[in-house]
Amino acid sequence: MSNEHHDLAIVGAGPAGMAAATTAAELGLDTVLLDEQRVPGGQIYRNIEHLEASGELVALGDEYRRGIELARAFRGSGAAYRPGSIVWQTSPDGRIGLTDPDGARMMHARRILLATGAMERPVPVPGWTLPGVMGAGAAQTLLKASGIVPDVPVLIAGSGPLIYLVALQLARAGCAISALLITAPASRIAGTLKELPRALLAGRDLLKGIRWINEIRRLGIPLTNGVSRVRIEGNDRAEAVAYEADGSSHRLAAGLVLLHEGVIPNIQLSLSTRCRHVWDEAQLCWRPETDEWGATSEERIAVAGDGAGILGALAAASLGHLAALDTAFRLGRIGEAERDLRARSARADLARHSRIRPLLDRLFRPLPDSVVPTDPETIVCRCEEVTVAQMREAIRLGGEDPNRAKVFTRCGMGPCQGRMCGPTVGALIARETGHGIEEVGTFRIRVPVRPVPLMALAGLVGEEEGLPAGESTL
Amino acid sequence: MFRRLRAAGGEVTIHVDGKPVRAAAGDSVAAAMLAAGFTALHSSAVSASPRAPHCMIGNCFECLVEIDGLPDRQACLTTVAEGMQVRRQMDEAPMEGAGV
Repeated sequence: MSNEHHDLAIVGAGPAGMAAATTAAELGLDTVLLDEQRVPGGQIYRNIEHLEASGELVALGDEYRRGIELARAFRGSGAAYRPGSIVWQTSPDGRIGLTDPDGARMMHARRILLATGAMERPVPVPGWTLPGVMGAGAAQTLLKASGIVPDVPVLIAGSGPLIYLVALQLARAGCAISALLITAPASRIAGTLKELPRALLAGRDLLKGIRWINEIRRLGIPLTNGVSRVRIEGNDRAEAVAYEADGSSHRLAAGLVLLHEGVIPNIQLSLSTRCRHVWDEAQLCWRPETDEWGATSEERIAVAGDGAGILGALAAASLGHLAALDTAFRLGRIGEAERDLRARSARADLARHSRIRPLLDRLFRPLPDSVVPTDPETIVCRCEEVTVAQMREAIRLGGEDPNRAKVFTRCGMGPCQGRMCGPTVGALIARETGHGIEEVGTFRIRVPVRPVPLMALAGLVGEEEGLPAGESTL
Repeated sequence: MFRRLRAAGGEVTIHVDGKPVRAAAGDSVAAAMLAAGFTALHSSAVSASPRAPHCMIGNCFECLVEIDGLPDRQACLTTVAEGMQVRRQMDEAPMEGAGV
């Protein structure tokens, strides 16, 4: 296994990864799909095969049909599939380090496609580290993966389409939703809807959103727009949420608090692989710079799906397809003309599925106060428990880039390696210094991007024979 | 804080701090623990505050537990297995030398 080689290795079995693997295998590429989960689907289509077979998909809504098609096509494609694979290294030279149930191993691919998808944007409000506070997406993961739902009143706070969907899915499952606190200003929502040209109103996605909100109102779930200064109170667990709305202060008891301010690309691997990244001001996130095929600044590395910028699951599948076509072209399987011809329908699909995105970006754009904390005691780095006040002091002392601030405070040095504080640290530095966030930059992320047991690493010694020469240190 | 929409079926039994916990095959360790009523899975390194799974997809590292003798495993990325021994990493005192 030590000298395992493939044409294409794909990291992540969400819509982009499944579509890419299917297309690549059909074109005759020796393809392997590596995924952390035990079944295909990624986050959006998590556990999709089981949910469909058991008839439970119906209750989740009609959003997931495409996932079944993608999973079926992938299963029948002949691409190798390695569930339970934790990838902790991808290198510009095509090497991949991973841990699977048998231990740690290295493999090599002529091209690597990162289809690592999105993560929920961290929402650093006071009290967000308390048990009983999780991402709205986390609650959805429990529902999809295990049919586990809250049995205490749920309060959901933040902004983004997922909030409405999760509220509905939990309500349909019999959960009590005590409040939806929407941090986007009511005026923005009303204003954006009014501005919409008629043609756009006919868009399926938009109608879907309007249906969700109508159903939420019909179910009698209290919904407040224009909420600010969300704060979670409690000693050893969340007990209440305090917030401001309509110019006054409010406080609601809560058993479980779900926070959400949209999703951002999961760039841990693309950063560690030294792909060039750009700041996306429309989506308020960093993303790897990619061309229309998903190719990055690194010759052998491509990125497809939400990991390259948030466009949603349907667009992700198109992007995966395109990245696979380009891989087949680069590896000499198909010519340029054939690549371009085969790409036509995917490009048309991509355009259709991306059409709504600028509107969603505007409508649900997190307010600075919702995601860049001002309260001095708020924890920025959950692992090392670094507060806003400590960050400010570090920035004042010259920690004007995330890596210096990290040295001063230990923010980003804990087990999560900056995943949960990175976006906040950059935004805080930008706000405190007045510099543009694109000049502030990101943490430098180094391998291994996931913890590897020392025993597993020890088993790797001498295993790199047969792999192309390169840096030998981890 | 959580319940199952359907009975776990009891296909798998894991042990958390020595006590048997029934889980459904395919559950992550984190999901099984939340469904069994565990609120906190570990405590923070600096102040020893209780922490619980926050993201459920491997990013927040707030579900770190000891699994079969190996510490700091991500419970949300680990699937339950029959007889698995899980230990919550709850420290009562802050880490020595943690000056804040």
